[in-house]
Amino acid sequence: MCLSIPSKVVEIDKEQNVATVDTMGIKRDASLDLMEDGDVKIGDYVLLHIGFIMNKIDEEDALASIDTYKEIISLMDEEEKQKAILEADECENRTL
Amino acid sequence: MGLELKNLYDDFRNADTIKAYQKIINEDAKGLTKPINIMEVCGGHTHTIMKYGIPQLLPNNINFIHGPGCPVCIMPKERIDHAYMLSMEEDVILVTLGDMIKVPGSNGSLQDARSKGADVRFVYSPMECLKIASENQDKKIIFFAIGFETTTPMTAALLDVVVKKGIKNIFFHINHVTVPEAMSLLISDENSKIDAFLGPSHVSVISGSKIYEEFPRDYNKPVVVSGFEPVDVMQSISMIVKQFIENRCELEIEYNRLVSHDGNIKAQNLNEKYFEQRSHFRWRGLGDIPKSALKLKDEYKEYDAEVIYKEILLSETIDDHKLCICGDILKGLANPPECSIFGTACKPSSPVGSCMVSSEGACAAYYKYGNLI
Ligand code: SF4
Ligand code: SF4
Repeated sequence: MCLSIPSKVVEIDKEQNVATVDTMGIKRDASLDLMEDGDVKIGDYVLLHIGFIMNKIDEEDALASIDTYKEIISLMDEEEKQKAILEADECENRTL
Repeated sequence: MGLELKNLYDDFRNADTIKAYQKIINEDAKGLTKPINIMEVCGGHTHTIMKYGIPQLLPNNINFIHGPGCPVCIMPKERIDHAYMLSMEEDVILVTLGDMIKVPGSNGSLQDARSKGADVRFVYSPMECLKIASENQDKKIIFFAIGFETTTPMTAALLDVVVKKGIKNIFFHINHVTVPEAMSLLISDENSKIDAFLGPSHVSVISGSKIYEEFPRDYNKPVVVSGFEPVDVMQSISMIVKQFIENRCELEIEYNRLVSHDGNIKAQNLNEKYFEQRSHFRWRGLGDIPKSALKLKDEYKEYDAEVIYKEILLSETIDDHKLCICGDILKGLANPPECSIFGTACKPSSPVGSCMVSSEGACAAYYKYGNLI
């Protein structure tokens, strides 16, 4: 399911054109190659798809949507939680 | 995720919203002059619909037709065979997204190829090819690229790096398909029962909603571009029903916090730089569809594994089992349980046709959520 949890940009490596993003506490890198130069800044909320930032999302929507995910995720056990957050931007086909 | 309908109702703020939409839809649906069939184009939606029991929340005069779903399930066997054959080359490392692991070709899946000694790697992001290529300079890295519009620009971005950095050992086997062409085929069928479409939001994050303009305009079918959460789907259905009772036929965006009319222009430009339409492409289950896929432009043929390995890649087509009725299911003419081998000879652990191959295929979704096991 393309259940994409908004991630917050916490670091930008201009040289590599890669951002470090925080998805509900989990950090990972994502390519900025599909975004216009300078469009994404530290503190912005973004959505990811297979390792790329696909677009920005405004803060209010992002926070509202993160709240929903928190509710969903609070029902899971620890292992499920990690998995859900990491795989939230992927399709369930991956679990084939 | 172990998330079920009952949790949703018990614990979520979402539940109120869903119930509110249910009420609105039920009220509005009384004004429909005939039943409406909504095709959800993407398997992600099929999944949400089955998992949260959305059909049970809706009145009888609103039905779903499960669409072509997913770039994985529609991949015809001959393309998977290409991947299999490339992976069997001595000096090749075949790289693809994890989705492809178990999809059976005529010799087996890529997982089978791997167990026979082929170097097949499943990655999360195409960019991982760069690392694999630099660590294996003596090998040829072939990226077997799959996906709808959502995933195409990520392949283009990898190629862009390969070209700009002059990397010599990364090649591409391109299987990117495009959604609107498949929708046109489905809607043009004289037996088509589709009255409206639910369009996947993630495709439109990249391509914009503009790619669906032809459907209301030329085919008189409303399209609502929808997010993947149950609330999104309920809201989108409500929007479709409203169009019918108000006699409108439009392209609307439910997910407008993320989807715009124009989409991500930089991504589209990257696509245009490297890809062009194929004259036609065979979709597993649907058959040949004109202009429904992309290939590398001629000027990049030095990167094109289909050109380089022409000699070893068969060009003939391979059909699914004759009992499989995926084609009819994808056109909305039949439901999975009507297939004579559904759940017996064909199940998720031994899929026969495309609709059972991926967990988001209509047959797989029925198998899992349809209480039919
Ligand atoms: S992989 Fe396919 S079915 Fe899954 S969400 Fe993406 S497009 Fe839809
Ligand atoms: S159950 Fe299997 S064989 Fe039958 S239509 Fe579905 S995928 Fe095809």
